[in-house]
Amino acid sequence: MSTGLNANHLLYLLQGAAWTLGLSLIAFVGGGLLGLAVALCRVSPIKAVRVLTSGYVQLVQGTPLLVILFMTFFGLPALGLNISPLTAAGVSLTLYVSAYLGEIWRGCIQSVPRAQWEAAECLALTRLQRMRMVVLPQAIRIATPPTVGFMVQIVKNTSLASVVGFVELARSGQIINNSVFEPFLVYVIIAALYFAMCFPLSRWSQRLERRGAQARYQAAADLPQAATLSPT
Amino acid sequence: MTLDFAAVLSRWPMFVDGAVMTMKLAVGATLVGFAIGTVGAVARRSKLGWAQRAATAYVEAIRNTPLLVQIFLVYFGLASIGLKLPAVTVAMAALIINVGAYATEIMRAGFDSIHKGQLEAAECLALSRRQVYWHVVLLPAMERVYPALTSQFVLLMLASSVCSQISAEELTAVANFVQSDTYRPFETYILVAAGYLLLSLVMRAAFWGLGLLLFPRRRSLGTAL
Repeated sequence: MSTGLNANHLLYLLQGAAWTLGLSLIAFVGGGLLGLAVALCRVSPIKAVRVLTSGYVQLVQGTPLLVILFMTFFGLPALGLNISPLTAAGVSLTLYVSAYLGEIWRGCIQSVPRAQWEAAECLALTRLQRMRMVVLPQAIRIATPPTVGFMVQIVKNTSLASVVGFVELARSGQIINNSVFEPFLVYVIIAALYFAMCFPLSRWSQRLERRGAQARYQAAADLPQAATLSPT
Repeated sequence: MTLDFAAVLSRWPMFVDGAVMTMKLAVGATLVGFAIGTVGAVARRSKLGWAQRAATAYVEAIRNTPLLVQIFLVYFGLASIGLKLPAVTVAMAALIINVGAYATEIMRAGFDSIHKGQLEAAECLALSRRQVYWHVVLLPAMERVYPALTSQFVLLMLASSVCSQISAEELTAVANFVQSDTYRPFETYILVAAGYLLLSLVMRAAFWGLGLLLFPRRRSLGTAL
Protein backbone atom coordinates (compact mmCIF):
# COMPACT_ATOMS: atom_id res chain seq x y z
CA MET A 1 0.00 0.00 0.00
CA SER A 2 1.26 3.44 -0.76
CA THR A 3 0.81 6.50 1.40
CA GLY A 4 0.38 8.59 -1.72
CA LEU A 5 2.28 11.43 -3.23
CA ASN A 6 1.22 14.87 -2.00
CA ALA A 7 2.09 18.50 -2.65
CA ASN A 8 4.79 18.52 0.03
CA HIS A 9 6.60 15.76 -1.75
CA LEU A 10 6.50 17.70 -5.00
CA LEU A 11 7.77 20.78 -3.21
CA TYR A 12 10.65 18.74 -1.84
CA LEU A 13 11.44 17.52 -5.37
CA LEU A 14 11.44 21.09 -6.66
CA GLN A 15 13.82 22.03 -3.88
CA GLY A 16 16.06 19.19 -5.04
CA ALA A 17 15.80 20.49 -8.58
CA ALA A 18 16.96 23.90 -7.34
CA TRP A 19 20.04 22.23 -5.85
CA THR A 20 20.64 20.44 -9.14
CA LEU A 21 20.68 23.82 -10.86
CA GLY A 22 22.95 25.25 -8.14
CA LEU A 23 25.41 22.41 -8.44
CA SER A 24 25.32 22.70 -12.24
CA LEU A 25 26.18 26.37 -11.91
CA ILE A 26 29.09 25.62 -9.57
CA ALA A 27 30.35 22.98 -11.99
CA PHE A 28 29.95 25.24 -15.00
CA VAL A 29 31.71 28.23 -13.44
CA GLY A 30 34.49 26.19 -11.81
CA GLY A 31 34.90 23.89 -14.79
CA GLY A 32 34.71 26.83 -17.18
CA LEU A 33 37.53 28.72 -15.47
CA LEU A 34 39.73 25.66 -15.24
CA GLY A 35 38.66 24.64 -18.75
CA LEU A 36 39.77 27.99 -20.15
CA ALA A 37 43.17 27.44 -18.56
CA VAL A 38 43.27 23.94 -20.06
CA ALA A 39 42.33 25.25 -23.52
CA LEU A 40 44.99 27.98 -23.39
CA CYS A 41 47.63 25.53 -22.18
CA ARG A 42 46.71 23.14 -24.99
CA VAL A 43 47.62 25.81 -27.58
CA SER A 44 50.65 27.04 -25.64
CA PRO A 45 53.90 27.54 -27.57
CA ILE A 46 55.72 25.54 -24.87
CA LYS A 47 55.65 21.85 -25.71
CA ALA A 48 55.94 20.61 -22.09
CA VAL A 49 52.80 22.57 -21.14
CA ARG A 50 50.88 21.13 -24.10
CA VAL A 51 51.93 17.57 -23.30
CA LEU A 52 51.11 17.93 -19.59
CA THR A 53 47.62 19.36 -20.15
CA SER A 54 46.94 16.79 -22.85
CA GLY A 55 47.82 14.11 -20.28
CA TYR A 56 45.45 15.70 -17.79
CA VAL A 57 42.63 15.71 -20.34
CA GLN A 58 43.27 12.08 -21.34
CA LEU A 59 43.32 11.08 -17.68
CA VAL A 60 40.04 12.77 -16.78
CA GLN A 61 38.28 11.77 -20.01
CA GLY A 62 39.41 8.18 -19.59
CA THR A 63 37.95 7.82 -16.09
CA PRO A 64 34.25 7.71 -15.21
CA LEU A 65 32.95 10.74 -13.32
CA LEU A 66 31.58 8.36 -10.70
CA VAL A 67 35.07 7.03 -9.93
CA ILE A 68 36.46 10.58 -9.70
CA LEU A 69 33.62 11.39 -7.32
CA PHE A 70 34.33 8.35 -5.13
CA MET A 71 38.00 9.21 -5.15
CA THR A 72 37.36 12.70 -3.81
CA PHE A 73 34.58 11.73 -1.41
CA PHE A 74 36.03 8.54 0.10
CA GLY A 75 39.66 8.96 -0.83
CA LEU A 76 40.48 12.45 0.41
CA PRO A 77 39.12 11.84 3.96
CA ALA A 78 41.38 8.77 4.13
CA LEU A 79 44.27 11.13 3.42
CA GLY A 80 43.18 13.33 6.30
CA LEU A 81 41.10 15.90 4.41
CA ASN A 82 37.51 16.09 5.52
CA ILE A 83 35.11 17.09 2.83
CA SER A 84 31.34 17.50 2.54
CA PRO A 85 29.26 15.87 -0.20
CA LEU A 86 28.75 19.29 -1.81
CA THR A 87 32.49 19.98 -1.89
CA ALA A 88 33.24 16.50 -3.24
CA ALA A 89 30.61 16.87 -5.96
CA GLY A 90 31.74 20.41 -6.77
CA VAL A 91 35.39 19.41 -7.03
CA SER A 92 34.81 16.28 -9.13
CA LEU A 93 32.38 17.99 -11.48
CA THR A 94 34.81 20.89 -11.88
CA LEU A 95 37.60 18.49 -12.87
CA TYR A 96 35.30 16.60 -15.22
CA VAL A 97 33.87 19.71 -16.87
CA SER A 98 37.29 21.35 -17.24
CA ALA A 99 38.64 18.41 -19.24
CA TYR A 100 35.70 18.35 -21.67
CA LEU A 101 35.17 22.11 -22.01
CA GLY A 102 38.93 22.56 -22.30
CA GLU A 103 39.01 20.22 -25.30
CA ILE A 104 35.91 21.79 -26.88
CA TRP A 105 37.37 25.27 -26.48
CA ARG A 106 40.79 24.24 -27.75
CA GLY A 107 39.09 23.10 -30.96
CA CYS A 108 37.29 26.43 -31.21
CA ILE A 109 40.47 28.43 -30.65
CA GLN A 110 42.26 26.41 -33.31
CA SER A 111 39.40 26.78 -35.78
CA VAL A 112 39.87 30.56 -35.87
CA PRO A 113 41.39 30.96 -39.36
CA ARG A 114 45.18 30.92 -39.45
CA ALA A 115 45.19 34.21 -41.38
CA GLN A 116 43.69 35.98 -38.37
CA TRP A 117 46.58 34.84 -36.17
CA GLU A 118 49.08 35.94 -38.81
CA ALA A 119 47.40 39.29 -39.38
CA ALA A 120 47.51 39.96 -35.63
CA GLU A 121 51.18 39.12 -35.64
CA CYS A 122 51.79 41.49 -38.57
CA LEU A 123 50.16 44.26 -36.52
CA ALA A 124 52.85 43.64 -33.90
CA LEU A 125 50.37 42.56 -31.24
CA THR A 126 51.92 40.63 -28.38
CA ARG A 127 50.86 37.01 -27.88
CA LEU A 128 48.56 38.05 -25.06
CA GLN A 129 46.98 40.86 -27.07
CA ARG A 130 46.52 38.60 -30.05
CA MET A 131 44.74 36.03 -27.93
CA ARG A 132 42.60 38.56 -26.09
CA MET A 133 41.72 40.93 -28.93
CA VAL A 134 41.74 38.77 -32.04
CA VAL A 135 41.47 35.04 -31.41
CA LEU A 136 39.26 34.66 -28.32
CA PRO A 137 36.46 37.01 -29.47
CA GLN A 138 36.10 34.95 -32.64
CA ALA A 139 36.55 31.64 -30.83
CA ILE A 140 33.74 32.53 -28.41
CA ARG A 141 31.27 32.78 -31.28
CA ILE A 142 32.26 29.35 -32.54
CA ALA A 143 32.27 27.95 -29.01
CA THR A 144 28.81 29.04 -27.93
CA PRO A 145 26.66 26.24 -29.45
CA PRO A 146 28.81 23.30 -28.26
CA THR A 147 29.21 24.92 -24.83
CA VAL A 148 25.45 25.26 -24.39
CA GLY A 149 25.13 21.66 -25.59
CA PHE A 150 27.63 20.54 -22.99
CA MET A 151 25.62 22.29 -20.26
CA VAL A 152 23.04 19.56 -20.79
CA GLN A 153 25.72 17.00 -19.91
CA ILE A 154 26.59 19.00 -16.78
CA VAL A 155 22.99 19.12 -15.54
CA LYS A 156 22.56 15.39 -16.17
CA ASN A 157 25.84 14.47 -14.52
CA THR A 158 25.03 16.34 -11.32
CA SER A 159 22.67 13.41 -10.70
CA LEU A 160 25.74 11.37 -9.73
CA ALA A 161 26.18 13.60 -6.66
CA SER A 162 23.17 11.74 -5.23
CA VAL A 163 25.43 8.72 -4.83
CA VAL A 164 27.55 10.42 -2.16
CA GLY A 165 24.43 11.69 -0.40
CA PHE A 166 24.16 15.22 -1.72
CA VAL A 167 20.44 16.01 -1.80
CA GLU A 168 19.80 17.20 -5.32
CA LEU A 169 16.94 16.12 -7.58
CA ALA A 170 17.78 12.41 -7.90
CA ARG A 171 18.56 12.04 -4.20
CA SER A 172 15.45 13.90 -3.08
CA GLY A 173 13.49 11.52 -5.29
CA GLN A 174 15.09 8.51 -3.61
CA ILE A 175 14.27 9.93 -0.18
CA ILE A 176 10.63 10.51 -1.14
CA ASN A 177 10.42 7.07 -2.65
CA ASN A 178 11.55 5.62 0.67
CA SER A 179 8.45 7.10 2.30
CA VAL A 180 5.77 6.68 -0.39
CA PHE A 181 7.23 3.60 -2.07
CA GLU A 182 6.05 4.28 -5.58
CA PRO A 183 9.39 4.03 -7.35
CA PHE A 184 8.14 4.09 -10.92
CA LEU A 185 5.95 7.15 -10.45
CA VAL A 186 8.62 9.00 -8.50
CA TYR A 187 11.30 8.33 -11.11
CA VAL A 188 9.00 9.35 -13.94
CA ILE A 189 8.48 12.69 -12.18
CA ILE A 190 12.24 13.05 -11.62
CA ALA A 191 12.93 12.26 -15.27
CA ALA A 192 10.32 14.83 -16.33
CA LEU A 193 11.94 17.47 -14.12
CA TYR A 194 15.38 16.74 -15.60
CA PHE A 195 13.84 16.90 -19.05
CA ALA A 196 12.31 20.28 -18.23
CA MET A 197 15.77 21.57 -17.33
CA CYS A 198 17.72 20.00 -20.18
CA PHE A 199 15.39 20.22 -23.17
CA PRO A 200 15.41 24.05 -23.38
CA LEU A 201 19.21 23.97 -23.28
CA SER A 202 19.32 21.35 -26.06
CA ARG A 203 16.96 23.38 -28.20
CA TRP A 204 18.91 26.56 -27.56
CA SER A 205 22.13 24.86 -28.58
CA GLN A 206 20.53 23.53 -31.78
CA ARG A 207 19.23 26.97 -32.67
CA LEU A 208 22.63 28.57 -32.08
CA GLU A 209 24.25 25.89 -34.21
CA ARG A 210 21.85 26.50 -37.08
CA ARG A 211 22.36 30.24 -36.87
CA GLY A 212 26.14 29.74 -36.85
CA ALA A 213 25.97 27.47 -39.88
CA GLN A 214 23.88 30.06 -41.74
CA ALA A 215 26.34 32.81 -40.86
CA ARG A 216 29.25 30.71 -42.07
CA TYR A 217 27.41 29.89 -45.28
CA GLN A 218 26.72 33.59 -45.81
CA ALA A 219 30.36 34.46 -45.12
CA ALA A 220 31.51 31.85 -47.61
CA ALA A 221 29.09 33.20 -50.20
CA ASP A 222 30.39 36.75 -49.64
CA LEU A 223 34.01 35.77 -49.82
CA PRO A 224 34.61 35.62 -53.61
CA GLN A 225 33.16 39.12 -54.04
CA ALA A 226 35.40 40.49 -51.33
CA ALA A 227 38.34 38.84 -53.02
CA THR A 228 37.60 40.46 -56.37
CA LEU A 229 37.25 43.86 -54.76
CA SER A 230 40.69 43.76 -53.22
CA PRO A 231 43.55 44.61 -55.55
CA THR A 232 45.63 41.64 -56.48
CA MET B 1 49.24 8.70 5.75
CA THR B 2 50.96 6.88 2.92
CA LEU B 3 49.51 4.96 0.04
CA ASP B 4 49.53 1.23 0.49
CA PHE B 5 48.29 -0.85 -2.41
CA ALA B 6 49.11 -4.29 -0.99
CA ALA B 7 45.69 -5.04 0.53
CA VAL B 8 43.88 -3.74 -2.52
CA LEU B 9 46.10 -5.48 -5.03
CA SER B 10 45.62 -8.81 -3.28
CA ARG B 11 41.97 -8.73 -4.46
CA TRP B 12 43.05 -8.58 -8.09
CA PRO B 13 40.86 -11.48 -9.26
CA MET B 14 37.78 -9.50 -8.22
CA PHE B 15 38.94 -6.50 -10.19
CA VAL B 16 39.52 -8.66 -13.24
CA ASP B 17 35.99 -10.09 -12.92
CA GLY B 18 34.62 -6.57 -12.60
CA ALA B 19 36.54 -5.35 -15.63
CA VAL B 20 35.30 -8.33 -17.66
CA MET B 21 31.72 -7.51 -16.66
CA THR B 22 32.23 -3.86 -17.60
CA MET B 23 33.54 -4.90 -21.01
CA LYS B 24 30.63 -7.31 -21.49
CA LEU B 25 28.18 -4.51 -20.75
CA ALA B 26 30.05 -2.14 -23.06
CA VAL B 27 30.37 -4.55 -25.98
CA GLY B 28 26.77 -5.80 -25.69
CA ALA B 29 25.36 -2.28 -25.47
CA THR B 30 27.58 -1.15 -28.35
CA LEU B 31 26.40 -3.90 -30.69
CA VAL B 32 22.69 -3.67 -29.94
CA GLY B 33 22.84 0.10 -29.51
CA PHE B 34 24.39 0.48 -32.95
CA ALA B 35 21.62 -1.64 -34.49
CA ILE B 36 18.97 0.46 -32.72
CA GLY B 37 20.76 3.61 -33.81
CA THR B 38 20.70 2.58 -37.46
CA VAL B 39 17.01 1.67 -37.35
CA GLY B 40 16.25 4.82 -35.35
CA ALA B 41 18.09 7.01 -37.85
CA VAL B 42 16.14 5.45 -40.74
CA ALA B 43 12.93 6.10 -38.79
CA ARG B 44 13.89 9.70 -38.06
CA ARG B 45 14.38 10.33 -41.77
CA SER B 46 11.39 8.33 -42.94
CA LYS B 47 8.35 9.87 -44.57
CA LEU B 48 6.04 8.08 -42.15
CA GLY B 49 4.95 10.74 -39.70
CA TRP B 50 4.45 8.42 -36.73
CA ALA B 51 7.82 6.70 -37.13
CA GLN B 52 9.59 10.01 -37.35
CA ARG B 53 7.80 11.40 -34.30
CA ALA B 54 8.39 8.26 -32.25
CA ALA B 55 12.10 8.20 -33.05
CA THR B 56 12.45 11.92 -32.27
CA ALA B 57 10.62 11.55 -28.96
CA TYR B 58 12.86 8.61 -28.04
CA VAL B 59 16.04 10.53 -28.83
CA GLU B 60 14.97 13.70 -27.02
CA ALA B 61 13.68 11.85 -23.95
CA ILE B 62 16.91 9.89 -23.53
CA ARG B 63 19.34 12.65 -24.35
CA ASN B 64 17.75 15.06 -21.88
CA THR B 65 17.60 12.82 -18.79
CA PRO B 66 20.45 11.36 -16.71
CA LEU B 67 21.53 7.76 -17.20
CA LEU B 68 21.21 7.18 -13.46
CA VAL B 69 17.50 8.02 -13.57
CA GLN B 70 17.04 5.89 -16.69
CA ILE B 71 18.61 2.92 -14.96
CA PHE B 72 16.32 3.29 -11.96
CA LEU B 73 13.30 3.74 -14.25
CA VAL B 74 14.06 0.54 -16.14
CA TYR B 75 14.82 -1.29 -12.89
CA PHE B 76 11.61 -0.27 -11.12
CA GLY B 77 9.58 -0.20 -14.32
CA LEU B 78 10.34 -3.85 -15.03
CA ALA B 79 9.75 -4.73 -11.38
CA SER B 80 6.37 -3.00 -11.35
CA ILE B 81 5.13 -5.14 -14.24
CA GLY B 82 6.28 -8.17 -12.29
CA LEU B 83 9.50 -8.91 -14.17
CA LYS B 84 12.24 -9.73 -11.70
CA LEU B 85 15.45 -9.82 -13.71
CA PRO B 86 19.08 -9.99 -12.57
CA ALA B 87 20.70 -6.59 -12.04
CA VAL B 88 23.15 -7.15 -14.88
CA THR B 89 20.33 -7.75 -17.38
CA VAL B 90 18.57 -4.59 -16.24
CA ALA B 91 21.83 -2.65 -16.49
CA MET B 92 22.42 -3.94 -20.00
CA ALA B 93 18.88 -3.01 -21.05
CA ALA B 94 19.24 0.51 -19.66
CA LEU B 95 22.62 1.02 -21.36
CA ILE B 96 21.22 -0.21 -24.68
CA ILE B 97 18.25 2.15 -24.45
CA ASN B 98 20.61 4.98 -23.58
CA VAL B 99 23.26 4.49 -26.24
CA GLY B 100 20.65 3.67 -28.88
CA ALA B 101 19.41 7.26 -28.70
CA TYR B 102 22.88 8.73 -29.11
CA ALA B 103 23.68 6.33 -31.95
CA THR B 104 20.42 7.34 -33.66
CA GLU B 105 21.45 10.98 -33.61
CA ILE B 106 24.95 10.23 -34.88
CA MET B 107 23.80 7.87 -37.66
CA ARG B 108 21.19 10.42 -38.72
CA ALA B 109 23.96 12.97 -39.21
CA GLY B 110 25.78 10.35 -41.28
CA PHE B 111 22.76 9.64 -43.48
CA ASP B 112 22.17 13.38 -43.88
CA SER B 113 25.71 13.77 -45.16
CA ILE B 114 25.12 11.49 -48.16
CA HIS B 115 24.80 13.72 -51.19
CA LYS B 116 21.75 13.30 -53.39
CA GLY B 117 23.98 13.07 -56.44
CA GLN B 118 25.45 9.87 -55.04
CA LEU B 119 22.00 8.25 -55.03
CA GLU B 120 21.31 9.41 -58.55
CA ALA B 121 24.67 8.11 -59.70
CA ALA B 122 23.94 4.76 -58.07
CA GLU B 123 20.60 4.65 -59.87
CA CYS B 124 22.31 5.39 -63.19
CA LEU B 125 24.63 2.46 -62.54
CA ALA B 126 21.51 0.28 -62.19
CA LEU B 127 22.33 -0.81 -58.67
CA SER B 128 19.51 -2.57 -56.89
CA ARG B 129 17.81 -0.90 -53.94
CA ARG B 130 19.65 -3.14 -51.54
CA GLN B 131 23.01 -2.44 -53.16
CA VAL B 132 22.35 1.28 -53.06
CA TYR B 133 21.44 1.12 -49.41
CA TRP B 134 24.48 -0.89 -48.46
CA HIS B 135 27.25 0.54 -50.65
CA VAL B 136 26.11 4.11 -51.20
CA VAL B 137 24.17 4.99 -48.06
CA LEU B 138 25.00 2.85 -45.04
CA LEU B 139 28.72 2.21 -45.38
CA PRO B 140 29.74 5.74 -46.45
CA ALA B 141 27.49 7.21 -43.75
CA MET B 142 29.10 4.98 -41.17
CA GLU B 143 32.52 5.86 -42.46
CA ARG B 144 31.89 9.56 -41.95
CA VAL B 145 30.51 9.33 -38.43
CA TYR B 146 32.81 6.51 -37.32
CA PRO B 147 34.96 8.72 -35.02
CA ALA B 148 31.89 10.24 -33.34
CA LEU B 149 30.23 6.85 -33.04
CA THR B 150 33.24 5.14 -31.49
CA SER B 151 33.92 7.90 -28.97
CA GLN B 152 30.28 7.66 -27.95
CA PHE B 153 30.78 3.94 -27.30
CA VAL B 154 33.89 4.63 -25.20
CA LEU B 155 31.87 7.17 -23.20
CA LEU B 156 29.22 4.50 -22.76
CA MET B 157 31.79 2.11 -21.30
CA LEU B 158 32.80 4.77 -18.79
CA ALA B 159 29.15 5.59 -18.05
CA SER B 160 28.45 1.92 -17.31
CA SER B 161 30.08 2.62 -13.91
CA VAL B 162 26.68 4.04 -12.92
CA CYS B 163 25.29 0.49 -13.09
CA SER B 164 27.03 -0.12 -9.76
CA GLN B 165 24.06 1.71 -8.24
CA ILE B 166 21.71 -1.19 -8.93
CA SER B 167 24.49 -3.55 -7.81
CA ALA B 168 25.39 -4.96 -11.20
CA GLU B 169 28.78 -6.50 -10.44
CA GLU B 170 30.94 -4.40 -12.74
CA LEU B 171 34.23 -2.67 -12.01
CA THR B 172 32.92 0.22 -9.91
CA ALA B 173 30.70 -2.07 -7.84
CA VAL B 174 33.73 -4.26 -7.16
CA ALA B 175 35.66 -1.15 -6.13
CA ASN B 176 32.91 -0.14 -3.72
CA PHE B 177 33.01 -3.59 -2.17
CA VAL B 178 36.80 -3.75 -1.93
CA GLN B 179 37.13 -0.28 -0.41
CA SER B 180 34.59 -1.06 2.31
CA ASP B 181 36.42 -4.32 2.95
CA THR B 182 39.99 -3.01 3.05
CA TYR B 183 39.37 0.57 4.30
CA ARG B 184 41.67 1.69 1.50
CA PRO B 185 39.33 3.87 -0.60
CA PHE B 186 41.92 6.14 -2.19
CA GLU B 187 44.11 3.25 -3.35
CA THR B 188 41.09 1.29 -4.57
CA TYR B 189 39.72 4.11 -6.69
CA ILE B 190 43.14 5.04 -8.07
CA LEU B 191 43.53 1.45 -9.20
CA VAL B 192 40.03 1.37 -10.70
CA ALA B 193 40.57 4.70 -12.44
CA ALA B 194 43.71 3.23 -14.00
CA GLY B 195 41.66 0.18 -14.98
CA TYR B 196 39.06 2.32 -16.76
CA LEU B 197 41.81 4.28 -18.47
CA LEU B 198 43.29 1.03 -19.72
CA LEU B 199 39.88 -0.25 -20.88
CA SER B 200 39.22 2.97 -22.78
CA LEU B 201 42.62 2.73 -24.46
CA VAL B 202 41.92 -0.89 -25.39
CA MET B 203 38.53 0.08 -26.81
CA ARG B 204 39.98 2.96 -28.82
CA ALA B 205 42.71 0.72 -30.22
CA ALA B 206 40.14 -1.96 -31.12
CA PHE B 207 37.90 0.59 -32.87
CA TRP B 208 40.90 1.95 -34.75
CA GLY B 209 41.77 -1.54 -35.98
CA LEU B 210 38.15 -2.27 -36.83
CA GLY B 211 38.01 0.98 -38.78
CA LEU B 212 40.97 -0.11 -40.89
CA LEU B 213 39.22 -3.39 -41.63
CA LEU B 214 35.80 -1.89 -42.37
CA PHE B 215 36.87 1.11 -44.41
CA PRO B 216 39.71 0.23 -46.77
CA ARG B 217 39.20 3.52 -48.59
CA ARG B 218 40.00 5.40 -45.45
CA ARG B 219 43.08 3.27 -45.06
CA SER B 220 44.41 4.07 -48.51
CA LEU B 221 43.42 7.74 -48.56
CA GLY B 222 44.02 8.48 -44.91
CA THR B 223 40.72 10.36 -44.79
CA ALA B 224 36.99 9.73 -44.83
CA LEU B 225 35.22 10.22 -48.12
